Amino acid sequence: MMSPRQRRSAIVAWARDLYEDLDFLSVRRWLDAEPGRHAAGILPVYVPREIVHAAGMLPVGIHGGGSMEIIRGDAFYQSYICHLPRSVVELGQSGRLDAFSAMLFPSTCDVIRNLSGMWKLLRPSVYVRYVDLPQVNVAERAMDFWQGELAHLGRDLAAITGVELDEARLWASIRLYDRSRALVEQLYQARREQPWRVPSEELYVLLRAGEVVPVEEWNERAEEYLEVSAEDPGRVRDNARVVLVGAFCEQPPLGLIKTIERAGCTIVDDDLLIGNRLIRGPVDDGQEQDPLRAMARALLSRSRRTSILYEPDPTGKRRLVPELVKESGADGVIFAAPSFCDPALLDRPMLRAGAEAAGLPCIAFEYAENTGQFQQFREQAGTFSDGIKLWIAPTGEEGRT
Amino acid sequence: MNKDRSMLLQKEMIARHFDRLEAAPQTGEKVVYTFVPGNLTELIRSFGALPLLPEINALQSGMRGKSRAYIAEAEKAGHSADVCTYVKADIGMMMSGNIGPTGTRLPPPDLLLLSYTGCYTFMKWFELLREQYDCPTVFLQVPYQGDGSLLPEHREYIVRQLREDVIPALERVTGRPYDEDKLREMLALSAKAEDDLVAVLHAAKQRPSPIDSYFGGVYYIGPIFSAFRGTPEGVEYYEALREEVEQRLADGEGPETPSGRLDDQQFRLVVEGPPNWTSFNEFWQMFSDEGAVVVASTYTKVGGTYDFGFRHDPSDPLGTLADYCGGCYTNHNLPGRIDMLVQYVKEYQADGFLINSVKSCNSFSAGQLMILREVEKRTGIPGGFIESDLVDPRYFSAANIKNRLESYFQMLRERRRAGVGAAGPVQQGSTP
Repeated sequence: MMSPRQRRSAIVAWARDLYEDLDFLSVRRWLDAEPGRHAAGILPVYVPREIVHAAGMLPVGIHGGGSMEIIRGDAFYQSYICHLPRSVVELGQSGRLDAFSAMLFPSTCDVIRNLSGMWKLLRPSVYVRYVDLPQVNVAERAMDFWQGELAHLGRDLAAITGVELDEARLWASIRLYDRSRALVEQLYQARREQPWRVPSEELYVLLRAGEVVPVEEWNERAEEYLEVSAEDPGRVRDNARVVLVGAFCEQPPLGLIKTIERAGCTIVDDDLLIGNRLIRGPVDDGQEQDPLRAMARALLSRSRRTSILYEPDPTGKRRLVPELVKESGADGVIFAAPSFCDPALLDRPMLRAGAEAAGLPCIAFEYAENTGQFQQFREQAGTFSDGIKLWIAPTGEEGRT
Repeated sequence: MNKDRSMLLQKEMIARHFDRLEAAPQTGEKVVYTFVPGNLTELIRSFGALPLLPEINALQSGMRGKSRAYIAEAEKAGHSADVCTYVKADIGMMMSGNIGPTGTRLPPPDLLLLSYTGCYTFMKWFELLREQYDCPTVFLQVPYQGDGSLLPEHREYIVRQLREDVIPALERVTGRPYDEDKLREMLALSAKAEDDLVAVLHAAKQRPSPIDSYFGGVYYIGPIFSAFRGTPEGVEYYEALREEVEQRLADGEGPETPSGRLDDQQFRLVVEGPPNWTSFNEFWQMFSDEGAVVVASTYTKVGGTYDFGFRHDPSDPLGTLADYCGGCYTNHNLPGRIDMLVQYVKEYQADGFLINSVKSCNSFSAGQLMILREVEKRTGIPGGFIESDLVDPRYFSAANIKNRLESYFQMLRERRRAGVGAAGPVQQGSTP
């Protein structure tokens, strides 16, 4: 019988192995377990996994190569383009993505958009689709468009797997992902309330595991993690509470997340892997009979505000960060964006102006997924944390919760 | 550099347009800010409103040596060094008093018409501008041609947005009702000007080419990509331009360039990517000094791919606007862009293919190294690759670019000498 601490360690070790698995061995094992199985790779930030799952494929998040050495990928990109696409090309050109029957490229930015066309040329036998998210600010019109896109994608994927994509299958997948979103929400809530119970390093690798394993399996692990972390919440720390903003696409190295927290800044909210919780609340909320309509309505009416979606409210950008800070009870904001990331960097002046107008302390830096030196971040985050604790929120984390 | 009559005509047209814009707050004419790709000039003007295009202002700021200071102003205000310099030049200009390229004050917008076509940054650009102006924004989403064509459901989506969002927004701002007959009349004028523009572009198939389709081409597309599509002035300009080019063709003359008239054309090139604007003439001269003429370019298709057959169709006013928006160059997927380039190389019998990769435009630049290899593979002609920027002079390194171009032209010469993949010495008066 394992103790809660041992069970937590086992879950984190499982998640970390998956996070570090750049050969997608877990996906290959899943595919090999039964003949006729298929997997679809999904680039950041958001493609609804429910559709892929219902069409009989394993949805797998493709989040680049971390610190993997890039040999072929650099030959495809100029120096002023972010790191993610070059490591994705590296994964593809080195055969690591050969097992995927489909690759989906959402409308995150022009780099990922153009990569969809490159993939058509690099892998002509793979189903490739650019997934254009709805951007118009009239919900009905956008819903019709998005419902049509979902139907198109579902039809195409089902044609590959041979699955009959009916409403029952769609609803079943939607409910699984509703459960998954609810668990992510619970994890985030637990971290907001007791950050020492859910350290960001653990939360992050757990969420990364959710990008590659079947949703059913992840839901079980996440439930167990919530259970054991409640039984063994860890040691209370007196850190500054911060929100991390801008890291929604190319992911920072795990070392950077650890560095921020070890320097005295506890992350209490972030936009890392935001695709897994872009929709707030369940898709199946009883309002729609048609599952695709329900998915479209949920995205258009209850999505989180993020750089990849048009902000119809002229005050929305400036309000966003103060709202995140208020919801999470944070003391300050760290703007952390990947170098050359158009969505994050173009948004930053608006978001930062809103934060500063609200009197929130902020720092900003840029990273790449393969950043290997963390000293400058440690110093910056450490100074930031000291400043907050000394001058802004001197009661300390325990006193504030 | 000698100016063609059409260039002078265009200069007058643009000056008049900016005078009207400056006077708009007094005359009551409404001003609509929008973008070049997917611009709805006829629709805007059918409501009596005036279009104003921030990219044009930014590039003009670059050509007039003002963008450096504007970009610095924007960066001081917190804009990243790594994002689109058009955006920063525009925002910097606004922060510096909003004096436009012709020296007149630009009016604030009455409407921001965000035609979201082929460029992610457009969305952020107007989210940023919107913070400075107290006016409505209307969003037109133009789906990307991810699968190589504008799907019927996407066309219908655009038409529906035009009918239900954009037109009502224009009605509210201008106080005028939608007049479809007027729109049809303007679309007919557009098609006429487009015919003339295509005749001009196709003239580059001849030897010597009477035009430079990149450096000269950006002048040729000026009126039709900006405020004059669908206007009698636009038609008049393109008639004059066509006449001028046809005369040069008949006389066996090349285009005017910074090195003089380029009759002796040593290299025929296809160019992909926008030009650098801050050292435009210097950049052009690096080509013309070597006797290189650009016979086809993709940048001149960002506001419409007319040479592939598209014409505005007055019989289906909103449908044709949807087709137009969907077909702009950067709304085509990468394989589609490669197909176009390959077709250009073959149809225009190019000796070389060159990419000017600009730092601040991911819509163009991401994937260009793959474009280079694919075009080389499919045409057998060698590609060249240079890097610069749109309007940030810090990223135009004249010595490096000149060095690369000289090496590239030297390589083309050697290939020709060796009889490898060369189009042969250029004979005046011959046709391919």
